[in-house]
This record gives sequence, structure tokens and C-alpha cells, in this order.
Amino acid sequence: MNLLNGLKEATNNMKITLKVWRQKNNATKGGFKVYPIEHVSTDMSFLEMLDVLNNDLVRKGEDAVAFDHDCREGICGMCSLYINGKPHGPQQTTTCQLHMRSFKDGDTITVEPWRAKAFPVIRDLVVDRTAFDRIQQAGGYVSINTGGVPDANEIPIPKKIADEAFDAAVCIGCGACVAACKNASAMLFVSAKVSQLALLPQGKPERKERAEKMVAQMDAEGFGACTNTGACEAECPKGISLTNIARLNREYLSASLTSYEVEVKGGD
Amino acid sequence: MKLDSKIPEGPLAEKWTKHKFNLKLVNPANKRKYDVIVVGTGLAGASAAASLAELGYNVKAFCFQDSPRRAHSIAAQGGINAAKNYQNDGDSVYRLFYDTIKGGDYRARESNVHRLAEVSVNIIDQCVAQGVPFAREYGGLLANRSFGGAQVSRTFYARGQTGQQLLLGAYSALNRQIANGKVKMYTRTEMLDVVLVDGKARGIITRDLVTGKLESHSGHAVLLCTGGYGNVFFLSTNAKGSNVTASWRAHKKGALFGNPCYTQIHPTCIPVSGDHQSKLTLMSESLRNDGRVWVPKVAKPGLTAKEAKNIPEADRDYFLERKYPSFGNLVPRDVASRNAKMMCDEGRGVGKTGLAVFLDFTDAIKRDGKKAVEAKYGNLFDMYAQITGDNPYEGPMMIYPAVHYTMGGLWVDYNLMTTVPGLYALGEANFSDHGANRLGASALMQGLADGYFVIPYTIGDYLAGISQEKVSTDRPEFKEAMDKVNNTINTILNIKGKRTVDELHRELGLIMWNYCGMSRTDAGLREAKGKIQQLKKEFWSNVAVLGSNNELNQELEKAMRVADFIELGELMVDDALNRTESCGGHFREESQTPDGEALRNDDDFSYVAAWEFKGENQPEVLHKEELNYEFIKRTQRSYK
Amino acid sequence: MNWFTKLLSSTLGRKVLMALTGLFLILFLVVHLIGNLQLLHSDQGQAFNIYARFMTTNPLIKTVSYVNYAIILVHIVWALLLTIHNRKSRGPEGYAVTNGSSAWTSRNMGILGTLILIFLVIHLKGFWAEMHWGGISTVTYDNEVYKDLYTVVDKAYTMEWYVAIYVVSMIALAFHLWHGFISAFQTLGLNHSKYNGLIRFVGRAFAIIVPALFALIPIWMYLDK
Repeated sequence: MNLLNGLKEATNNMKITLKVWRQKNNATKGGFKVYPIEHVSTDMSFLEMLDVLNNDLVRKGEDAVAFDHDCREGICGMCSLYINGKPHGPQQTTTCQLHMRSFKDGDTITVEPWRAKAFPVIRDLVVDRTAFDRIQQAGGYVSINTGGVPDANEIPIPKKIADEAFDAAVCIGCGACVAACKNASAMLFVSAKVSQLALLPQGKPERKERAEKMVAQMDAEGFGACTNTGACEAECPKGISLTNIARLNREYLSASLTSYEVEVKGGD
Repeated sequence: MKLDSKIPEGPLAEKWTKHKFNLKLVNPANKRKYDVIVVGTGLAGASAAASLAELGYNVKAFCFQDSPRRAHSIAAQGGINAAKNYQNDGDSVYRLFYDTIKGGDYRARESNVHRLAEVSVNIIDQCVAQGVPFAREYGGLLANRSFGGAQVSRTFYARGQTGQQLLLGAYSALNRQIANGKVKMYTRTEMLDVVLVDGKARGIITRDLVTGKLESHSGHAVLLCTGGYGNVFFLSTNAKGSNVTASWRAHKKGALFGNPCYTQIHPTCIPVSGDHQSKLTLMSESLRNDGRVWVPKVAKPGLTAKEAKNIPEADRDYFLERKYPSFGNLVPRDVASRNAKMMCDEGRGVGKTGLAVFLDFTDAIKRDGKKAVEAKYGNLFDMYAQITGDNPYEGPMMIYPAVHYTMGGLWVDYNLMTTVPGLYALGEANFSDHGANRLGASALMQGLADGYFVIPYTIGDYLAGISQEKVSTDRPEFKEAMDKVNNTINTILNIKGKRTVDELHRELGLIMWNYCGMSRTDAGLREAKGKIQQLKKEFWSNVAVLGSNNELNQELEKAMRVADFIELGELMVDDALNRTESCGGHFREESQTPDGEALRNDDDFSYVAAWEFKGENQPEVLHKEELNYEFIKRTQRSYK
Repeated sequence: MNWFTKLLSSTLGRKVLMALTGLFLILFLVVHLIGNLQLLHSDQGQAFNIYARFMTTNPLIKTVSYVNYAIILVHIVWALLLTIHNRKSRGPEGYAVTNGSSAWTSRNMGILGTLILIFLVIHLKGFWAEMHWGGISTVTYDNEVYKDLYTVVDKAYTMEWYVAIYVVSMIALAFHLWHGFISAFQTLGLNHSKYNGLIRFVGRAFAIIVPALFALIPIWMYLDK
């Protein structure tokens, strides 16, 4: 892994200039504010550096910068931030796993919220990603109730297929794909769920309906179309592959051509 | 108050089956007349909300995160136990039951744990049917591994992110019910109080975290699936948002709090790197299968991983191997954690803080080659390098214990109901199944067992016995609760003090860690109590929370959570003071064997300590639920 | 909306239309190139002029050519629709700093397409319109009279600016194809680990070879004076 080669000596004395997007709420206009911050340690995570900034701001009587975060171990998908022109910053990981040793003394770091029509800004760096939930609600599940299911080993699944489904299932729903895409397209996110369930036998019965409904909801939310630039894959902290998008295209096309008519809400 | 655990009579293996039969049922057509409130959408909450909605109840679900998928169950790594015996290695429901009871150091209820082991098999079936991509063998069947020192391979896993996959499974079931209109989901919404009407839980007060609007929600029952309270220590492996507020407010409304001092400390976490540290990261304890834990024989302050290889073999103390020759580095979590702390207390800790021990893979790399080690632990090594900036292939890792899980929680009976009728607690939020120490891969099992397979049965028994009539949120009980919440918020906003919420939280964490952490003494706990009371005063007179209530105000959210943590901290200390024995994750220095091992005291402490809130600044009252071991003979744990 | 209009109005359906029309145009390029290569015969343009007449009079070819015009139009209109939709999807505020991690060509298909469109207009006006409606001189082969398109082309390729525009446009086409060829397969879901390498190789080769051959002809004819 390349990061092992690039390790730097630890220091706790970096000077960083932060250019942070501040916006009171969705109804007001926002703008950048510049905050110099001193004594930054290379061992700090990016979010810990923001904690330091916020504590300083509060002590000075200024409102803290609002940003989303929760698990701080790279799995909940709640943290976001567009850092120096890249979602989750310079490394292909989540912002909470980005450490200040990725920056140099004297750097200016621009921090912006995710930008997409479907992800309106709530405050400062916090955006509303409930569009993702609504897409999942449109069909990202297997319609079974609790209980009355077959024994787990009654459905053998080839290891390769299980592994491929897993590779799609690791999506954390952070929205970096949308943030990275010049079209703010959510195709990587949608394709990850469609792929997982299209690959597994459990997902087969509702496969066509699922692809149609999830795509319709994706469009209704106002995400852009995929132009196969590959930015999403390059920035995805979980390394979800573009192959999934191809699979979604295939699933959707074949569903459109062969499915029975289903009630689909949404659409442009 | 008499605690009635409602444990069914009869042979252990038949208790649950018989109980299910004896429970009252709600007619299918009537289920839609009942509203159930579910707070929290982790494994317990999401599975409960989905399952109850499938049955026909109207569910309102709440989470403080922006999506139900973010609940902290998502971060569980290792796996989930189930007594499937797919490996033909002698596992059974009884063995899982036995291991869990023993692992909990005989401080859990036999009946609950047996039920947990029984339904464990259904959980795996359920998750597979949902499309959870568990690890598989080449033949297409499910793979298992042995976990946490278990003698059988009963752990199902999905790489190192089992919690994520299980939660996304439950989340998908929840989504289906949201789409069906049976669950109404409230995200970025925090529960701030329970509302009791005629002594029964009939609703909650919530705050919309985006607009600050307080709202009342009424229902026929309230389920708290709000997780554990490890963040009372400030530094823990919990998510930053994990909090005790829902449980604590319920406690103040009459729900007893069980065994608050039972905290699990996980030995293999990445050490604290400085004052800026905001949380701790756990690494799978599987690392101890190949890593050797050591410190220098003579204190060497500030010893770095790079310098470690200059320490000759003769000057190293492999203390776990030395003290526990038969288990060595694989002693249970509590033993490994405690011993690491002892080494650091002796001044032999390493790293710049002196609060770390080495976990050395040199021998494993020599024996099996770097490739083999990389194949097994590559992702963990990468994670370690990412966080610390040290290369674990070249020098040893540094590890230190961190708070990971809280076995204590709201006291519940066999039906998962708290002492407030109609108020339930599920998953980590309750105290029930892990005793004084939780086995690896059992947390996920319990969360899902409660949500998928226990509450759907037991809630019917309660609902069938109460009126279908809905209560209006216009009732004075709701108004009163809302006014109280509003007052608290205004009080906090009007303090306009000097100290940030984080500062105060850190201070609380330090008190808890030093005096109510891995080992506890009477004197230390008494000192801690004074310090916490002092801190409480400081908080209510000098906290700095800016902004208003009518906006997204993350400092305000944190402040309210910390206020509750401070009060909980004091109760934890009370509970730890009361329990003068050592058991599981609770080590009382006054209670140890001549060679320094934990000494349990079954004669005096074979009970669940359930605490009753008696009013602000009043001492809480202890109630005891005796633990009767009818089926298992208790022994003292030994790993020598 | 019936299923078909629903398909075509979805973002995926629109992309499918882009891919299908794109692939058709790729085929068209091959046919066009074969024709153009007739210019290189050392026969004073006889082969080319016979070919040109065949292409403009054969009823089947004529039908195909109308389809071709329609497809070019669809490709352009749908590209515009998608671009407008995609622009809007970013929302009211753009990024202040971007640090793209995707290939330049993939992000600039619109600009490349526009360049190709401008070329197409010049190209159609210069040759295609001349052939159809222009006062073009004639030649006779085997007692049959043909329009002498060869001379029009030959004359055009004596002008440096014309050759330059042609070559620059072919470079734009190459970049357009560099992304477009492979992208079309991805959009149609034709993706399999066994064939991805082949698609990629053929796509890249096509993107280089076909525009290069197109560009080679005017250069050759310019130098061959």
C-alpha cells in the first residue's frame, strides 16, 4: 500500500489556513470564511482539526462550523466534505480517516459541502442526503418478512458471486460519488445496491421491478445522468467499481424491455 | 418496588417456547389500531421497526443521524454468533448458552441467555434471506470462524464489516416498510423525553435537529433501541453521536437502570495520540492470534516502535505469556486490558504518552512470511498505518485498551419491558444478556434477536391488554414534558459560560477512565463522585453554547447529551462503589486473589443492581434482582 | 407514459439512445472512410466519383443516409438535453475548487462534439451540398456522365486552412471516440471481465486509426500536388 511509503515525521506545529464554506441555512446565501489555525498535529484526523477550530470559535464567541460525522472510523458514511477539490480530500478514504499528515505546513485548504441539486445544503458543510434513502425505499430490498425463511444453507451461492455481491454491498452511502461527478449522478450508489441484489439468488424475483423503481426514483430526485467519466469510482472511499454501473444499465434496459408493467412513481 | 423478571417456569430449553404460547396475541385486524414508537435504528431498532410493521402495527421510527443506515451497529467488525453447528464441531444451543453465561462471569439471567442462543439460528436464516453477503466456502455454503477464544467455529462474518452488512439488511427491511407506509421515519430527530400517561409510556418528546422544533408523538408503546453509553468516557470506540440521553430520560421517568458500572474495555485499540484525540479505533482482536504483547522489563519512557527492535529479547517482558502460560496472548478481553494497564501504571508503558504496549508481529513474519501476515491482517495493518503514521510491518504496533461496549443498561424483564409499563429497551440499551462481560460476536446477535424474534412476540402480550384508544398529544402530560425540555434547552443556552462542551466532556471522560475504568477502588470511586458533582456544577454554570434553539445547533445537541452523561457517570460510580467484588469487566482492587486475579463474590453479589431515580440531586435507590442459577454450576474463571 | 416513452425519458434511456446512435455513427465512419479511401486511387478520381454517385442515387443507400441524418440529429439533440439536465443537477452553487480525477476527454464530450458539429457544417456545405445542389462540373467514364466531386475535393485540399480545419477536427473526433466508443458499451451494459479488455483495445485502436486515416487523406492530397 502506497501510504506506507509516504509516511512523514510527526509534528504538532503545522500552520494551516482553512477556507470554509459558511451558510446559515438553506434559505440564506453562503460564502467562504478564512480561518488560520496553528499548532496542527500531523497525527490529527481532519475532523479533529475541525474540532480544534470549533472549540476555538466557541471560545471567541463565534458559531461553530457545522459538519456531519459520526463513527469516525470510515464506515457509517456520515462524514462528507469536499476538500481541495476532491470529495473526502486527497486520499481515497473517508474524511474521518484523512489525517493532517496528508498536508504540508503552510497549506491553504478549501472545504466545501457536497454540491448537488439533490443534496441541498442544510447548514455550513451539512447537506441533506435523504434522497439516497428514498432511492433505497423505492426497491433496495428483498420483500420477505421476518420469520418463515428457509435455512441459511438451503441457498448455496458460489463464493465468487457472493464475493462480487459483497464488493457492491460495501457502499457506505456517503455520497462522494455524487459529489465527485461533474453531473452529480448517483449511478454508482444506485448500481451498488442493484448489483448486490441482482447477483444474489435472493434478489432475483424482484430484479426487474427493483431496477426500474430505483432508477425512476433516482431521476425524480434530480441526480444527473452518468457519462462514464469514472470520477465516482476514483473517489469512492470503498472502491466500488464501475462494473456495477454497467450492470445497472443492463438490468434497467432489459427490465424496461421485458418487465410486466409496474406502477413506478417518479420519472422526469 | 418489587422487581418481577417474569422468567417463565419450567425446564430451561422449554421456557421460551412455552412463554410464546402463553403470551396474549393481538388479532391481525386489530394490529393496525396500535401505534408503536421505536427510537434508534441500529440492529435492534431497525429490525424491531421492520418486524412490527410487517405484523401490521403502525410504527414511528426515530434516529438522530441523517439516515437510519448510519446507526453505530454499522461499525461492528468481527461477526455474529449462531448455534448452527454447520461445522459439525460440537456446537449446540446449549453450548452457546453456556459460553455466553460463562463469558458474562455468571451475572446474566439463564433464561434470557438461553433464549438468545435459541433464536441465534433464526437470525442467520433471516439475514441470508435478506441478501446479506456472508462469507462463503467454495461449495457455496456459509463459512464460519472461531472468535474471541471460542472452542467452536460458530461465528458468521462478512469480511471485517459484519455489522455493516447486518445493519444494511435490517435497514432494507425497514425501507420496505417505509415504502409500504407502515413505518414513518424521522431522521435527524432526537428523543428528549418519554411521556407517561396513567403510569404507562404513551409517547415521546423529540427535537428536530434541523429546525430545533420540539414535537410530541403518541403511541401505545415506546421501544428504546438507543445503544450503549460508552461515550461517558469521552474517548471510546463508539460513534461521536452515541449517547445515553433516551435511556437516561427514561430512567428519570421511572425506568430502573441495571448494572450501570459494567463496561467492556477492549484491549486492541489504537492508543491516544494527543489531546486532540476525539475517538478511539478498535482493531479486531484476531490480531492477538499472531501478535505478541510486550513492554520493556525496565521502564523506557517514550520508547517508539522504531526503537523497539533495538531492545534485546532478554530485556523484553511478554507479560501475558509470562503470567498466563496456557492462554498467553489469547486471554479474554478484560484480562488482557487490565494487564496492559498494570504495565503502564508501573511506568513501563511505551510511546510518547506512555499509555501503550507493543503488539509485535516480528515472530509471525519470521515464521509465516510477510505475505501470510499481510493476507490475514493486511486491512488492519493499513488502517493502523493510516491512523498512526507508523508502519506495522517494520516495527511493532502499539495498542491500548479502550471502552468498547456497555453491558449495563435499562433494566428489563423477560419481555424486554422496563419498569415503566409500555416502555421497552432492546439491544445494547438494555442490561439483559451479557452479564458482566460480553463475548465477542454476541452484540450483533443480541440486537437482532431482540428486534426480529423477541419483541414481535412479547409486545403483543402488552398491547392486547391495554385499550386501543389513542392518546392525544394535547394532553397536559405531553405539554408538561415539552415545557421541561424547553426549559432545559433555554437554561443551557442562557448560561453563556466560558468552557466548551468538549472540554467538559473530556474532563468527565478522564474522571471516569481513571476511577471507574478498568480497575476501581473504594477511595478512587469516592474521589470520582466528588469530582463529578463538581463538574456538574461547572457545567450548569459555565458551559458555552452559542446560537439558538431554532436552527441546526450541534453544540447544543452535544451539551444536552453531556449533561446526561454527567449524571449517568455519577450513577456508574455509585454502582461500582456498591459492587465490592470483581467480576467480568468490573475489577475491584479490593477483591482479588493472592496472585492478583479477579475474585468474584457469588455469595454477596449474585444479583442485578437496578437503580431507581428518586429526584434531582437525590441519591438513587438500589433494587436487587437475585440471579438464580438453576441449570449451571458457577466456577471461577482461570486462564493460568 | 407508456413503457417506451418512459424508457426514453429516463436518464438511463437517454444514455442508451446516445450509445446506440453513437455506435451507428461509428459504423457510418467506417463506411465513409472506405469511400474516402477511394480518393487515394491514382485514377484522377474515377473510383471516387463512381462511388459518390452510387452513394447519392442508390435507393437503399439513400434511405440509410436519411436514417443517418436523423441519427446525427438525435445524437445532438439528446446530447443537449442530457447536458442541460446534468448542468442543473449540480444545483444552485458550483464548487470553488475542483481537482478532477477523471479523464479530460470524458469530461469534455460536449465540447468535442460541438467541434465535430462545426466541422460537419463546413464539411457538408463544402462537399455534400455541392454534390446535391451545387453547379458541379461533370466527367464521363465509359460513356456515362458523372458529377466530378473529386475535383471539388481536390481543390479544397489545396487550401492550408481547409486541411488544417480537417486535421484539427479529426483530432477532436479521435478524442470523442476515445471516450465514446468504450462508453457506449458501458452504457449498454455490455461489460464482462472476459471481454472488457477487447472492447477497450478495439475502442482505443479505433479512436486512433479511423480519424488518423481520415486526416491522412487531405494531408496526402495536399502534399501530393
